[in-house]
Amino acid sequence: MSDKTLVHKKNNQLIAKLVSVVMLMFLFGYALVPLYDVFCDITGINGRRFVQSTPQISGLNESRLINLQFTTSVAPDMPWKFSPMTKTIEVHPGENKVVKFSATNISPNTVVGQAIPSVSPGIASLYLNKVECFCFNRQELKAGEQVEMGLSFFISSDIPEDINTLTLSYTLFNVTAVNQNKQPI
Amino acid sequence: MSTLVKNNNKKADIDDFDHAHDEKPRGIMRWLLTTNHKDIGTLYLGFSLLMFFVGGAMAMVIRAELFQPGMQIVDPNFFNQMTTVHGLIMVFGAVMPAFVGLANWMVPLMIGAPDMALPRLNNWSFWILPAAFSVLIASLFMPGGGPNFGWTFYAPLSTTYAPDSTALFVFAVHIMGISSILGAINIIVTIMNLRAPGMSYMKMPMFVWTWFITAFLLIVAIPVLAAAVTMILTDKYFATSFFSAAGGGDPVLFQHIFWFFGHPEVYIMILPSFGIISTIIPAFSRKKLFGYSSMVYATASIALLSFVVWAHHMFTTGMPLAAELFFMYSTILIAVPTGVKVFNWVATMWRGAISFEVPMLFAIAFIILFTIGGFSGLMLGITPLDFQYHDTYFVVAHFHYVLVTGAIFSIMAGAYFWLPKWTGYMYDERLAKLHFWLSLISVNILFFPMHFLGLAGMPRRIPDYALQFADFNQLVSLGGFAFGISQLLFVVVVVKCVRGGAKAQEKPWDGAEGFEWELPSPVPYHTFSTPPKVK
Repeated sequence: MSDKTLVHKKNNQLIAKLVSVVMLMFLFGYALVPLYDVFCDITGINGRRFVQSTPQISGLNESRLINLQFTTSVAPDMPWKFSPMTKTIEVHPGENKVVKFSATNISPNTVVGQAIPSVSPGIASLYLNKVECFCFNRQELKAGEQVEMGLSFFISSDIPEDINTLTLSYTLFNVTAVNQNKQPI
Repeated sequence: MSTLVKNNNKKADIDDFDHAHDEKPRGIMRWLLTTNHKDIGTLYLGFSLLMFFVGGAMAMVIRAELFQPGMQIVDPNFFNQMTTVHGLIMVFGAVMPAFVGLANWMVPLMIGAPDMALPRLNNWSFWILPAAFSVLIASLFMPGGGPNFGWTFYAPLSTTYAPDSTALFVFAVHIMGISSILGAINIIVTIMNLRAPGMSYMKMPMFVWTWFITAFLLIVAIPVLAAAVTMILTDKYFATSFFSAAGGGDPVLFQHIFWFFGHPEVYIMILPSFGIISTIIPAFSRKKLFGYSSMVYATASIALLSFVVWAHHMFTTGMPLAAELFFMYSTILIAVPTGVKVFNWVATMWRGAISFEVPMLFAIAFIILFTIGGFSGLMLGITPLDFQYHDTYFVVAHFHYVLVTGAIFSIMAGAYFWLPKWTGYMYDERLAKLHFWLSLISVNILFFPMHFLGLAGMPRRIPDYALQFADFNQLVSLGGFAFGISQLLFVVVVVKCVRGGAKAQEKPWDGAEGFEWELPSPVPYHTFSTPPKVK
């Protein structure tokens, strides 16, 4: 009956549309990954920025002092000692500063580490500009080796009035396996 | 059951829309090969009942362990597997298949269609489910144990710290998801293309409407879940870093993707309930449903809003204030269409000639208890309060009120409501009332004290607790055992009803409306070969 072939055709068209919705939503699930990164880079809301800035020459605001705190932690499988050599520092917005972090490989092997920054409150990460940071690169330490790693930064002079204290925390991950393209971590 | 069927369409073409075979195959092959929507509905409902007891047994293990403080019966890792698999089985194995089963049985009958639009696909969507749950349950017996990271499988619990069997969990979830998507596509095609002539969208029964919207939620939300589990799989086994900070990913991203699926998912588990309740309340109040079109719009708005509230599960992840406010307001906004529904049900009962048969008892209990769950949901939706309630037993109390006294009670109500139509016999009203009252009392002993435990600070998913929580936990566990045992009564009632009893009439509930009540009880194997007339 022609009625039935008509229903058949209608069904197939509808199924095709619905299946494409399913496919698109699966891709959308994956698209959330880059979207999330872009969104976070623009808004700074997850406090995790790797953007490298050029040093600031003007815009020093000596009327304000921002209290900046540094904390560190290491991932459970990371055999390093890692600590900030300056725990807190007071800086004027626009002022270029350098602080040091100390890392020691206490294992008998060469280990490669990657530090991941996180700023709290998250939104403040937009105003904490890293000119040079050990987190831009992986660090390789031989057994027992100790290094001082530098962070050069400045705080933008347009930092909102209500942000007076910032915490910058680094977590150090063991990426030795990934670095040699061998096994997953 | 249907040997009495007068089959008028023996000469009709045998194709996807007309099953002219008037004889059912016998034995197991009937069930394995069936493309009949009624058989498949029965399979779904039976499977969901089985899973309800498997997941329930796991809940009993949890409550037995929590009966006293200290470690009593199981080790913490096994306890975690129990909470995880209990959640997965109840969500994907009990509640969702029960709704799909009801849809299979009732949607074609309610819209006057001869069967589902895609009967062979229908067979497949059911039969891959037992495979999925076999894989999931088998993973409990693998070295290192089954999934132990909670049903929400947050990274890195499900990647860095997950057991070796996680791949099985991923594949099981994939198969469950495929089953749900196929089922949803089938329901959408059936509703859009097979309605009886003259049945416009705004004349569809409420149950059909709520399932129509639920099916769209399924095809939009489940693929995102599939993406999330695939990322977990590659993160754990193939060195990707979607959720690993060391490789440039972010564990918080997992929560965003998961809850983008997860919040629509919780409405997938409640919208069909709204449809069932909107069917039962008018039938036993002997009045038309109050505010039909507002019910339709309310359901659609809940579905749309469900995609912009996901981060209310993540208030404590350190979101900026603006985002917390946005997600708080959008969450609280959902109370408006939900309130419309609750008030419409109450208005339907207002000045109705109400009688209190078991389906109505469950439906009224649903309205009251689901609303309690809704209110605790509002409390959780308020950001500053959530910082206190987050990850405590208050959350457990909340979602069990909406899922057990909400979704499960509505399924029970629907089962009692349509059992006479399915089996041709009336169920044992006395036993069914006993089942209702025992369930009602025990479920409140089980879940109500959890509110206080949560407010007092008892964390969820922990096998041990501080001494001051001991009394309430004992009470909760006793309620749990009582609720578990009471559900065996349901099985007794159903089995008795399938075997025999008082003959059911065409329309055993005098206030009921719809095509399904114009058919004989039990419903013939083939129905509506020629579509009915819409009045």
